[in-house]
Amino acid sequence: MEMLGYLADGFATSLSPINLFIVLIGVTAGLFIGAMPGLGSVNGVAIVLPLTFIVPPSSAIILLAAIYYGAMYGGAISSILLGIPGASTAVATTFDGRPMAQQGKAGLALIAAACASFVGGTISVVLFTFLATPLADVALAFGPAEEFALVLLAFTTFVGLGGDDILKTIMMICLGLALSTVGLDLISGQPRLIFFDQPGFFSGISFLVLAIGVYGIGEILYTIETQKTAPQVTPAKVTFSELWMGIKLLNKMWKTMTLGSTMGFFVGMLPAAGATPAALMSYGIAKLTSKTPERFGKGAIEGVVAPETANNAASTGSLLPMLTLGIPGSPTTALLLGGMVMWGLVPGPMLFIEQPDFVWGLISSLYTANLAAVLVNLALIPVFVWALRMPFTVLCSVVFVLCLVGGYAPSQKMHDVWLIVGFGVAGYLLRKADYPMAPLVLALVLGPLMEKSFRQTLIAEQGNILAFVERPLSGTFIAISVVFFLLPLLKHLKSLLGRTPNRVR
Amino acid sequence: MLTADRIIALSLMALSAYFMWHAAELPIGWNGMTGGPGGGAFPFWLSAIMFLTAAAIIVRSYRGKIEYDSNFFDTDTIRSVMLVVVVLTITVALIPIAGAYIALPLFLFWYLKVFGKHGWFLTACLCVATPVFLFFFFEVTLKILLPKGFTEPYFFPLYARFF
Repeated sequence: MEMLGYLADGFATSLSPINLFIVLIGVTAGLFIGAMPGLGSVNGVAIVLPLTFIVPPSSAIILLAAIYYGAMYGGAISSILLGIPGASTAVATTFDGRPMAQQGKAGLALIAAACASFVGGTISVVLFTFLATPLADVALAFGPAEEFALVLLAFTTFVGLGGDDILKTIMMICLGLALSTVGLDLISGQPRLIFFDQPGFFSGISFLVLAIGVYGIGEILYTIETQKTAPQVTPAKVTFSELWMGIKLLNKMWKTMTLGSTMGFFVGMLPAAGATPAALMSYGIAKLTSKTPERFGKGAIEGVVAPETANNAASTGSLLPMLTLGIPGSPTTALLLGGMVMWGLVPGPMLFIEQPDFVWGLISSLYTANLAAVLVNLALIPVFVWALRMPFTVLCSVVFVLCLVGGYAPSQKMHDVWLIVGFGVAGYLLRKADYPMAPLVLALVLGPLMEKSFRQTLIAEQGNILAFVERPLSGTFIAISVVFFLLPLLKHLKSLLGRTPNRVR
Repeated sequence: MLTADRIIALSLMALSAYFMWHAAELPIGWNGMTGGPGGGAFPFWLSAIMFLTAAAIIVRSYRGKIEYDSNFFDTDTIRSVMLVVVVLTITVALIPIAGAYIALPLFLFWYLKVFGKHGWFLTACLCVATPVFLFFFFEVTLKILLPKGFTEPYFFPLYARFF
């Protein structure tokens, strides 16, 4: 019960007036970002990160986590009111949220989404609280060999479970890792990959530059073609009687909600999976286990509840490996990790020992963020209905300016601003050609760790490459990575074998 | 889409070749003395994998087993995206010369009034409010000076007032 003591200490941090204020600002900003079609948690965090220099690091990470949380709530708003998912994580919410809105039950759908998000968030934060310390304890035994194996495992999940084009996924992982080696070699200190002898490359390519480029500029370019006109907003009014009815309806769905949250949490921990597949899976399971599956897709309230619990739980789940192991579970947490490194905090098991105030302050802030998000969400529904009518070009222009200035601020070099524009255009083109962006950003963030741990191990073991498989923990990780890597190949073989008899016939 | 896929894969191939050429300036092989790969090995071999992957994507596109969407760009999209990219580039080029406080409002004006076809009132509000916010947020609060180019002297009274 040691951890409850820590948690209580954490609440002392997170309940301080300044941090409460920050959580409120964060969830409100997150709700708006999430509600805007085209912008999700990852875009929000990328654009806001440079602005967080204004507060101390421990508050900055609380702010970003609150934005992450708020965006998960917010995604449902445009799914229901516009029929366009506000973020990819809310795709599954459109299936039943949109029909509900068309039947005049938009208010009820919004209430159900907010309350379900709250339940999903709370269940997963409790899971997080109990799993964090044991996982960090296990991670304490990790040496460089295990670190390397774990990073490798994180990347192979993209190949095995990512669902994107495998060749293009591998390409993006390698591109991200190669870009992470720009600058000075960690071990010999020699400069390498200084393109065109530009001095700006000596300090390497910051993850922030890539993230703002790809998720800021690139994302807006991507939405230009789809968002030329102001969308049609379904009007929604929320009354207390509807709120009461929503809570009563939700009270009958504990099985769906518990299942959705638990599954979302564990799916969210995997780097390649995350909130979108978790929400889709939860929707599928809710439909399978429902007594009236035919109502799904026609405005069933379970169809809103199930994905919303899962995507919120997944966002908490993806924080767990980031904090305890230093391996982010989603692109958004990769940015949080990069931000923490920038502020001089190294995520991983040592953080729990060296900075318990920070860690437990952050964990307890998830509880307050969750509560704040559901209250702000319900209170501001009329404001969202109004804000969603805003033409997209207004938002785009401001985001462009924030990207340029936000990219300049941390390093104060025009070099980085040019890189942001370059990455933005390149990211836009690559995304149009179905190259996945999440592995690219994750690879750039994890690249230095991967190379460092690889070479440290080899130096310590006098160049014995078998060191990675000889240690039991790292050997296990490598074995799982190999399985993930071979998974698509096996699938391919199976489909080949399955097809041959057909051809003969 | 098919052509675009090939062109992108081909440019990634060229990029990885360029990376490999750069990385080869450092030792890329196994260094017996320190035990382990040299400084250039990581970028070199990763780029080599990129090269092979890109080649595989091109080969795959010729075998015709993958179905492609008909169009990568429609003309309307490519025109608006190109336009935004060009104006964005001009803005960034203008920042060191004319300063962020001229370049960014000009960009906002173009984007809102010309590209977005919004009214004068909205455009004027955003063109004034954004630089004021940037000034107070970055310069006054965070002490991060944005580039000002030739407008620098006009800011001296403001500096004197706020620093």
